[in-house]
Parts: sequence; C-alpha cells; structure tokens
Amino acid sequence: MEAVKVIRSRTVVLPDVNVDTDQIIPARFLTTTSRKGLGQHLFADRRFDDGGQPRSEFILNRPEAAGCQILVAGHNFGCGSSREHAPWALLDFGIRAVISTGIADIFRTNALRNGLIAVVVGEAAHRRLAGTPGAEVAIDLASCTVTLPDGSETAFDIEPFARYCLLEGMDPLGYLMSKDAEIRHYEETAWKP
Amino acid sequence: MSTAEKGKTDPDTPKTLFDRIWQQHVVVPESPDTPAVLYIDLHLVHEVTSPQAFDLLRERGIPVRRPDRCLATVDHSIPTSPESWRNQLADMDVAARNQIRKLDVNCGRSGIRLLGVKNSRRGIVHVIGPELGATQPGMTVVCGDSHTTTHGAFGALAFGIGTTEVAHVLATQCLLQRRPRTLAVDLSGALAEGVTSKDAVLALIGRIGVGGGTGHVIEFRGEAVRAMSMDARMTLCNMAIEAGARAGMVAPDDVTFEYLAGRPMAPAGEAWEKSVRHWRSLASDPGAKFDGTVGIDVSDLEPQVTWGTDPGMVAPVTGRVPESAASRALEYMGFSAGEALAGRPVQLVFVGSCTNSRLTDLRQAASVLRGRRVARGVRMLVVPGSQETKRRAEAEGLDRVFTEAGAEWHESGCSLCIAMNGDRAAPGQTVLSTSNRNFEGRQGTGARTLLASPLTAAASAVAGAVADPRPFLDERRRIA
Repeated sequence: MEAVKVIRSRTVVLPDVNVDTDQIIPARFLTTTSRKGLGQHLFADRRFDDGGQPRSEFILNRPEAAGCQILVAGHNFGCGSSREHAPWALLDFGIRAVISTGIADIFRTNALRNGLIAVVVGEAAHRRLAGTPGAEVAIDLASCTVTLPDGSETAFDIEPFARYCLLEGMDPLGYLMSKDAEIRHYEETAWKP
Repeated sequence: MSTAEKGKTDPDTPKTLFDRIWQQHVVVPESPDTPAVLYIDLHLVHEVTSPQAFDLLRERGIPVRRPDRCLATVDHSIPTSPESWRNQLADMDVAARNQIRKLDVNCGRSGIRLLGVKNSRRGIVHVIGPELGATQPGMTVVCGDSHTTTHGAFGALAFGIGTTEVAHVLATQCLLQRRPRTLAVDLSGALAEGVTSKDAVLALIGRIGVGGGTGHVIEFRGEAVRAMSMDARMTLCNMAIEAGARAGMVAPDDVTFEYLAGRPMAPAGEAWEKSVRHWRSLASDPGAKFDGTVGIDVSDLEPQVTWGTDPGMVAPVTGRVPESAASRALEYMGFSAGEALAGRPVQLVFVGSCTNSRLTDLRQAASVLRGRRVARGVRMLVVPGSQETKRRAEAEGLDRVFTEAGAEWHESGCSLCIAMNGDRAAPGQTVLSTSNRNFEGRQGTGARTLLASPLTAAASAVAGAVADPRPFLDERRRIA
C-alpha cells in the first residue's frame, strides 16, 4: 500500500443519509474476481438511466465533480453489505477520501484497508463542508485535521493503527503475520472440548 | 487504564456474554496504538467475497493457516429456479460460473472443505453453518458477508468482514479488532399470534434507526427471546446488521443445545458434555454493565412492513406511511405520505434469504397458503435456505402446499434477496419479501421491496396486496 499523508482536493457533496453499498455498487457487478475496473459501475443505478445514458442531474456526472477526490457524504455512509467492491469502486473512480458525520463499521474498515481515507467529523464542520461543494479541502493524516473551506481546521476521528499504516504505507497483514508465535501459543492453550 | 477497562479484566466484575467471548479470543491485547489480535474459530467462505483474498495470499506465497477452521459453499450467484437446474445451469452467467469455478480451485488447493454446486448439504452460508452444527456457542465466527451476525443466535460472536480481512483470516486465523461497545436489547412480554421475531427486529430498527447500533454488539435478552426457537433467534440476529450493529447475540440455553445435539459437526459423547458445561458458563452475569440498553415490550406488537428504502422505514401492517416520510424514498417506492400499507398491490412475493428461509419460516408461510391460492397476477417464489432444509420441507409435504397454491418451489440459494443469480424483480414491480434489505435496486434495478415476515408474505400473496396475516390464522382456527 502506498503511503498517504495529505489529500488536497475539491469536494463533491452527496448529502443523502444512509447511502448503502448496494447504491455504491449494485450486486449484479459482484461476479467479478478482480479488484480492478469497478469505477465504471460506481453508483450505476444513480449515474445511468435504463438505457445506460448518464443522468445529468446526478452529482458525479456534473462537470464540476470532475477531478474531485474528496466525497462529503451524508450520515451513516456505506451501510449494508460488507462488499469491499464499494471502496474499490470509489477508488477506481478517483475518490480518495470520504468525510461524513458517521460511516458504517464494515465499510470504514474496508476503506482504510485499501487506502481510501474515511474520516468522521462533527456536525458543524460537516455542515460547512456540505454547504460549500467544490471547495478546496485538505485532509492531513499526520495532524488528524481537515482544513475547511474558510481556512479553519477541524479534528477528525480515525483508528490510530489504521492511520499509522496509511502514513507509513504499511500493510496490516504483515503486522498480523509477525504475531505468529503468539497465535501459535493461543492455539496450543485455548479452550477445547 | 480507565476504570471501565480495569472492570472488564477483574474476575469479580459481572461480565456480559460478549465480554467473555472477547476475552477468551484475545491473542494480543488491544493498546492505544494497536487493535487486539482476535482469534477466529470458524471462517465461512463463499464465492463472491473470497477470490480476491485467495489471490492476495497467492501473490505473496502465503498458505491458508487453518483450512480445518474454514467451511465454504456457493450461494450468492447460484441460480435457484427449477428450470435452470433441469437445464444443468446452462443459463448461468459466465462471470458467475467463473467465480464458482475459482472457489472450487481455491478450496481444492488450500484443503478447505467446500459444499459445492452438487453437494447435498449446499445452501446459504448462514443457514448451513448452524444446520451442520459448525456454528457453536462461545465461538468467534466471521465471513465475508454482513449477515454473519445470524450465527450470534447461538451465543457466538459473529460478524461480517470485507475481502482484505478474509485474506487476513485465511493467512493468520486472526483479525485486528478494536473492542466494540455493547447494547442490551430487552424484549419483554410475549409475541402475539401471527407476530414473529422478524416483526420484533423490524420494530427495533424502526426505533433505533439503521445506524442506531453502529460500533455496538447487541445482546438480545428477555422473555420474548427465551421463548423463541433457534430459527426465530437467527432471524433476530441476522437483522442486527440492519441496525448498523457489528453483531447480534443471544445467550445459549437448552433451546440452543437441543438444536445442536446430534448435528454432523457438533461435538459428541464426552466432548458434548464438556462443551455444554462450557456453553452454560457464557451467559451474561446479573448486573453486568452494557454501554446502552433498549427495552421493547413486544406484547402489543403488530406485524410490521417496511414502506421505504431502508429497513428502519417501517410501520405496522395496519398502519400508514408516516407524514414525515423522506420524499426520495416515497418517490422511489411509489407511496404517498399518509397512505395505508395494507392494500398496496404486490406483483412478486419472496419467501427466502438468510433471514427467513429455514424450516420454521417455510412452515409459517405454508400454514397460511394451505388450501388457498396465490392471487392472479402475483408470482411467488419460495426458496429454501439449504438443500437439507428443502429435503426436510418436502418430507413434510410443504413443497406441495406451495406448488398447489401456485407458488414456485426452488433449489436453495440467496435468490431474489441479492438478485445476482437470475432471480430478479422488474423495474417498478413491488416485491413483498422476507429478506433483509429494501435498498434501492437491491432486488433489481427500479424494484420496490417491502420487507415483512413469512406469515405476512404468504397472506399478501393470497390477497395480491399487502395483507395482515392474523385474519388468515383466525379463520383457520375456526375451520379447525
């Protein structure tokens, strides 16, 4: 995994609450056996009409959304299924960070394991972000702050180990593998019928 | 160390069921900088969320650490219709076929037991784990599927994970986990005739919201839970994720042990006696502290039906769409604020999914359909959760009840719950479904899903519209 320290980008705002992973990537695209190329199906049923034509009113199809790497999302983003295809699709589309007041547990873990920065901010900061779509925003993982459009900073929550792995470009699997002796000891001593 | 943390490790402090299972599985304790390394007893694997995980291991030359602790099956992308099986799955999507072949190869290479396409014990992963006795109290259980919460019905700590974590478990049999918070959900009173655990859990989600359980493990307690069968408890825990919870659990008791006794993978003989003693020691102590508590008296609960696009948008079947309903959901569902739920025409009825496809569910649906007909213009699919459930239902003659009523009787699989296997609703169709998610497009692009119990589903199939199942049951009693 590549190290990530700061993400600086204009924002795209999707204010809907409870955006589920079926919206992010519908199940019919889950028959793939690859992690790649899922960006084309991101929000498929919201981005495209029955004939496969882009719906011009959907925010990710608007010209101002082009190149935006930070998605400001409504509360409880990524709820529902555990499909990791959701963060894969967002990353492949070019989204590198999601900011919300609440992010579903499994989605958040999946996102961070793939280098998609998923951070939770307070309601006041979120209101300011959601109220200024297209603003230039910086997410700094070293200081755990988001620089808001007016230049002020707000702190965000992120699991410390996931943050460390992102900053160092370290793979958590390597850390788990390094605990082999402890795992073996556990297996030898754990309760057995 | 905070007082709360100290309390959790003090042997005299009352503990919750969750506390005990967590403590018994910590390989390396949590610190401010690092999550706990948590040991996983049972890893369930299926075709959709595993291929990239096996690839990751192969790319790095890492073997599967404990194939004996994994159990694999095919369920999400496998067709279920009788026609499809008569034609030897010739209509199956090429990508789905490839995915299933990959699972076969991956399990073969790593020595993981696979209940594959032709295996007589194949079924939905959350149905076969319990059915085989693989799921047991006190275990940690994971699967690359959010509805892994189902297994918590046995007093296991069971939760869904993504594909990267599937790889972590394959490689190390462990996961990096922060300790979640705990939420006690007390269901007091007794469920009335015609009201099921599905209705209770939908009412709970309506109350606390689809994000109400985020970061928490729910323990379902109270007399209503004690009175439930294992099938009903599985429905309850299955839907814990729909409240956003990490897991749902029920303390194991005699109902649990009776269910497990004699199952193929359950302990036997001396090991059984020893296990039951261990399992009995797991229940939450009186006075154990939870981070939150919710109480619901289920005595007056009515059958529930969702009207919107998340499981928290729910009302009693005798009720109406709230005046405050979100306009986006109303527009998608074709409902108006204040509209009555009963009488909403349905075109498709689905009894199945990891939520409601077990024998109890099928018996309930059949009890309404016996001697009745599915309304003209309504298609009804009944999809058993496993091949074993299918055989047992057939031995009781339930298949004939369904087919004589005009419903379709399918092979097992996820079917119309996830609509990635050939079973799918058409745009604009209203589906009365016993599954778990009414998200936009879940059952097909533009399809409108109403979630309810198997009883409500069967009653609605007969009525051709959303219907309260209770009059159907009363009428039957009068006939008897």
